[in-house]
Amino acid sequence: MAVQALDGTRVPIDWQRLAMPAVLIVVGYGLIPAYASSYLVEAILLPFLALSLAAVGLNLLTGYCGQLSLGSSAFMAVGAFAAYNFNLRIDGLPLPATMILAGISAAGIGVVFGLPSLRLRGFYLAVSTLAAQFFVQWALTKFGWFSNYNPSGVISAPHLIVAGFPLDGATGRYLLSVTTVIVLTAVVWRLVNSATGRNFIAVRDNETAARVIGVPVLRTKLLAFAISSFIIGVAGVLWAFTYLRTVEPAGFNLDRSFQILFIIIIGGLASMRGAFLGAAFIVVFPLLLSRIGAFAFGDLFDSGVLDMSQRIVLGALIIIFLIAEPSGLSALFDRLKRRIG
Amino acid sequence: MTFFSHLKKAAIATAFVLGATAVHADEQYFPLQSYRVGPYAAGGTGFFGGFIDYLNLINIRDGGVNGVKLTWSEGETQYEVEKGVEVYERLKSNPDIAAWNPLSVGIAYAMIDRITDDKVPLITINHGRTDTTDGRVFPYVFPLLLNPYSETSGIVNYIASREGSLDKLKGKKIVVLYHGSPYGKETIPIYELLAQKYGFELSQIEVPHPGNEQQAQWLTIRRERPDYVVLRGWGVMNPVALKTAQKTGFPADHIVGNVWSNSEEDVIPAGDAAKGYTAITTQASGEQYPVVQEIVKTIYGAGKGNLEDKGRIGSVYHNLGIVNGILNVEAVRIAQAKFGNRTLTGDEVRWGFEHLKLDPARVEALGAKDLFHSINVSWDNHEGDGYVTFQQWDGKKWNVVSDWIAPDWRLLRPIIEKSSEAYAKEKGIKIRTAEDADAVVSN
Repeated sequence: MAVQALDGTRVPIDWQRLAMPAVLIVVGYGLIPAYASSYLVEAILLPFLALSLAAVGLNLLTGYCGQLSLGSSAFMAVGAFAAYNFNLRIDGLPLPATMILAGISAAGIGVVFGLPSLRLRGFYLAVSTLAAQFFVQWALTKFGWFSNYNPSGVISAPHLIVAGFPLDGATGRYLLSVTTVIVLTAVVWRLVNSATGRNFIAVRDNETAARVIGVPVLRTKLLAFAISSFIIGVAGVLWAFTYLRTVEPAGFNLDRSFQILFIIIIGGLASMRGAFLGAAFIVVFPLLLSRIGAFAFGDLFDSGVLDMSQRIVLGALIIIFLIAEPSGLSALFDRLKRRIG
Repeated sequence: MTFFSHLKKAAIATAFVLGATAVHADEQYFPLQSYRVGPYAAGGTGFFGGFIDYLNLINIRDGGVNGVKLTWSEGETQYEVEKGVEVYERLKSNPDIAAWNPLSVGIAYAMIDRITDDKVPLITINHGRTDTTDGRVFPYVFPLLLNPYSETSGIVNYIASREGSLDKLKGKKIVVLYHGSPYGKETIPIYELLAQKYGFELSQIEVPHPGNEQQAQWLTIRRERPDYVVLRGWGVMNPVALKTAQKTGFPADHIVGNVWSNSEEDVIPAGDAAKGYTAITTQASGEQYPVVQEIVKTIYGAGKGNLEDKGRIGSVYHNLGIVNGILNVEAVRIAQAKFGNRTLTGDEVRWGFEHLKLDPARVEALGAKDLFHSINVSWDNHEGDGYVTFQQWDGKKWNVVSDWIAPDWRLLRPIIEKSSEAYAKEKGIKIRTAEDADAVVSN
């Protein structure tokens, strides 16, 4: 399990555990930029990375701290629109600074909409985070300033330049995404293994007990909302700037929030790996099904029928997965490893 | 040299020639980002059905465009931007792409940068981003026939013609009921401008998406007692508006629908309430036009029609698909006249679209007289001065009730240029000249 021991004992460096990240870095920075096709990067890896990061953010809040939220895509929208406006209105602001400022804006909104968590729990909190969803979408459509008075309210991404290197190409955008995701995931990884992370888990497992042993429950919850929204906001920037290259408020609707929630449920709550496995499942699997479907039955049925049947297959698979392994793909992965190893 | 080595050489040469001809078989490919499921499936199946039917007609009746066969394949987008981008990435690896036709504002927006890099045209017939009309800034994007601003001007001109003349608009009251989305809001500034210019009173009321509850809005309308209501709706909002209007006692024949509120699918669910309702269109509905008749005979007669429900042949969306097919095919034909009767590059097809001039005589020769009026695209005007007409629903079908009306393009052009020049500045795009437009990438 990814949840760490609470006693904080130091374990000697386990080289086997370092092998996996090393392989990922070689693949992520070496093989993919060199060999991946534009389809793989643009249609699979970029949405996968953005959604993974959003899922890492939500997992921190829901998986580790136990606060159910349905506002994720609102925070993504705040991040995306904030980044657009910072970039537009402050001349010469470097891209990493833009992203950090966008994350901070999302964190601010996150804290505001996290306030009800001080009084509400579970489903009630989930419903109150819906307010964020509706409010943000409304505000972004209502006030033209956010989209620089573009008549249809759709923003398009600016040129991406980091330290003088243009990153507008598919590979450039991929490298920007993958670096951001790795850095933020590492930060979250460090965080959940720190005292703060243990506070999160304590609040999740038993709020009263946490209060008794001296965990500052209110501060912990708001901190979880802030950090989680920060990360989701940055994910929104990736979604808008590196993946779609254009964004309208309607693109960040409730469906996206549910999608991110399903990613962490299917992937495995309170697990880093779960966010990535879940995102891979949600992004890649439908595409795989659609390609197989089109290849096998493309001449027999039209694209509408194919699409409908894919949904049925996907739905059935999700049910089977959750019955077979309620703790998600991450746990399934562990079990497989034990069987093989 | 032995006999066998000669033979081997000959075999290799033959294989090479065969292989080469296989690669260069004269085909022109249309990637279709269609939507046949989801909330907007009615529009998707009709439009792409008509488009495919017309491409089929050209292949079967004429053997392609000057011998160049038309091919296509579909990817389902459900009208969602992410899916549209995925399908774009999937289909763009196909060779010989002529043009993209996503029929979705959102997907089109997401594709502008990408297709500009690819140098392949993007067609957004009757919709899209208004300022892409300016070909100086958007070389590869074509909002053919009608952009949202022209549509607005066409509607106001029509209301004026019903009142007698443009001067009679003074003191009249018009309410615009618009869909609460980027699409719905796009024309707000233009209605304001026209209200100032012609001196009519204007009030614009938003209906939140999806618009299945409009009691409050129509009560406001009743209080304001407007002379006309312009319905700028989408999907379920349209029949609900018509029904609610009936309930609050507003006459349907004083409601004028915009180009996305003009289909059979918008009025049939409203039943009686839609009788007398009038809407703008760029292409008349009905199957009496020769080209539609040929599709019925040649394509549906052979069991190759794309629409499952034959009752929808000649419906608004189906005819829009057919008109879209005509415009795409003619652009290819015009480009072939310059570059040769062969597979063209995307940039060559772009040149074809920029010289897409179909006068009423040519439209008649294509069997589309009265189906649509004419088009006159140039390198800097990517809309092509499309004419509009108005049709009234009699409870069973649409009947054309106006002549072809010209929007006030000259009034709109400076506003479009202001917007596109701002975009060019924001993105660092160099404004194109006529010489740039004539430089074509062929390879």
